[in-house]
Amino acid sequence: MTGDEKHSLAALSTLDVIRVLYERVLDLSPENVDDPQRDRFLLSKGHGPMAYYAVLCDQGFFPASWLDSWGTFDSPLGYHPDRNLVPGVEISSGSLGHGLPLAVGTALGLRAQGIGARVVVLVGDAELDEGSNHEALEIAAALGLDALTVVVVDNRSTSYAVPGRIAERFATEGWLVTTADGRDHDELEKVLSARGVGVPNVVVATVLDPAAGREGSAA
Amino acid sequence: MTTLARDPRTQFARTATELLDEDLSTALVWAEISARYLVDAVRRHPERAVNVGIREQLLVNVGAGMALTGMRPIMHTFGTFLVERAFEQVKLGFVHQGVGGVLVGVGGSFDASLSGRTHQAPGDVALMDSLPDVTIHAPGTAVEADEVIRRAVFDDGLHYVRVVEQTNRDSFSGSGLHVVRRGAGATVVALGPVLDEVLEATSDRDVTVLYAHSVRPFDARTLRSVLALPEVVLVEPWLAGTSARCVADALVDVPHRLLALGTRRTELRHYGTPAEHQRAHGLDAAGIRRSVESFLAA
Repeated sequence: MTGDEKHSLAALSTLDVIRVLYERVLDLSPENVDDPQRDRFLLSKGHGPMAYYAVLCDQGFFPASWLDSWGTFDSPLGYHPDRNLVPGVEISSGSLGHGLPLAVGTALGLRAQGIGARVVVLVGDAELDEGSNHEALEIAAALGLDALTVVVVDNRSTSYAVPGRIAERFATEGWLVTTADGRDHDELEKVLSARGVGVPNVVVATVLDPAAGREGSAA
Repeated sequence: MTTLARDPRTQFARTATELLDEDLSTALVWAEISARYLVDAVRRHPERAVNVGIREQLLVNVGAGMALTGMRPIMHTFGTFLVERAFEQVKLGFVHQGVGGVLVGVGGSFDASLSGRTHQAPGDVALMDSLPDVTIHAPGTAVEADEVIRRAVFDDGLHYVRVVEQTNRDSFSGSGLHVVRRGAGATVVALGPVLDEVLEATSDRDVTVLYAHSVRPFDARTLRSVLALPEVVLVEPWLAGTSARCVADALVDVPHRLLALGTRRTELRHYGTPAEHQRAHGLDAAGIRRSVESFLAA
């Protein structure tokens, strides 16, 4: 499976986090994909969906034969995922800055219905450039959405980085903040399994190996 | 059953609060605007009545996220902030995800005449009409506002309800075009709260007058069935020409003439009252009369 360069790098940066979530953390499988009680995983940035598709395929959400024709006219698998085409995909994404606000609404909807499922949303560090995320992370803390977990896969791709800003930004709003090596499966499992009490939590997963370098900010 | 309010905006708050009482799947999300109307909703349903603060992008996507969990969200603020500022959230959060909800925008084209362009959304209907399968309502009275908001919430799919302060004298029940008057000449189609002006402007003419508070889908069948002379005047209190394509589609096999009246594309850059804005756009009775005279004399 290949994509353009940006997508390859984005996929490499997210693969470990997505694998650990599906294999070790979330109650989410082809068997409960329509169950309102299932945990939710929202891939916000939508870029580099090869890792996501590979994990979904590996988990049995769709057959491996789909992978060969990805990006072709009749394939359900595009360069950005579509929830109406791919089993197990919770949101159609690709335009940056939508997944975290959608996750806040999902957590509110579940809470209003008395459903205790988790909502985990993956964003990129450059995606946090989008102001819409900041509207969402302020409200999530203000409303005490402890079902919500944000994973920031930080591959230092934002154009105007300030060291430590991501963790400080969430901490300022009252989130429970942890950091992890975005390649270390055991460490990821530990921090992704933890939740805040009365507050949402964020995991800043740093991915710095050269192969997963800059993802490109605008495209 | 609801107790009816004087004005459509107060009615919106009352109806929405009652819908929260009646149906556990209904949620109401707003962004500070109208908070004073929604005190009861918050008191009675704190988990389903959510003020997100001055965060309109979030407003729309919070509603969409709730819809993803099976709820039926009503989202509310000024029309301009709801569907213009947050248009991509409407397009992707609802339409692209394939979930539904009810967007209720207030202010319309010139309720906020004193506030200037920043609070006016004459392009809202055209913008929403660029999306597939959106049902658009423009209630002309508090009674109609109650009816269409209830229908929109009980229905599925994405709805936009345009709630404004201008009102018509009479209320009409049901979607589609209502035949208000039959004549042998041209057909005048009034959409939303412009019916009184249209009736006054055409009182001495032998024309058919149609009215709808349901703007999309457009009721092509009724237009075709009542058409006498193939001359149509369309009057809508938002961007002129917004519904012209619907008339063109309805009459694709009928050679016809069309006059499309609505707000003008140019910014007014005046304050004053809504009535003054209505006049400046040629949407008062005298303005409509002048336009119709000139069109029918041509």
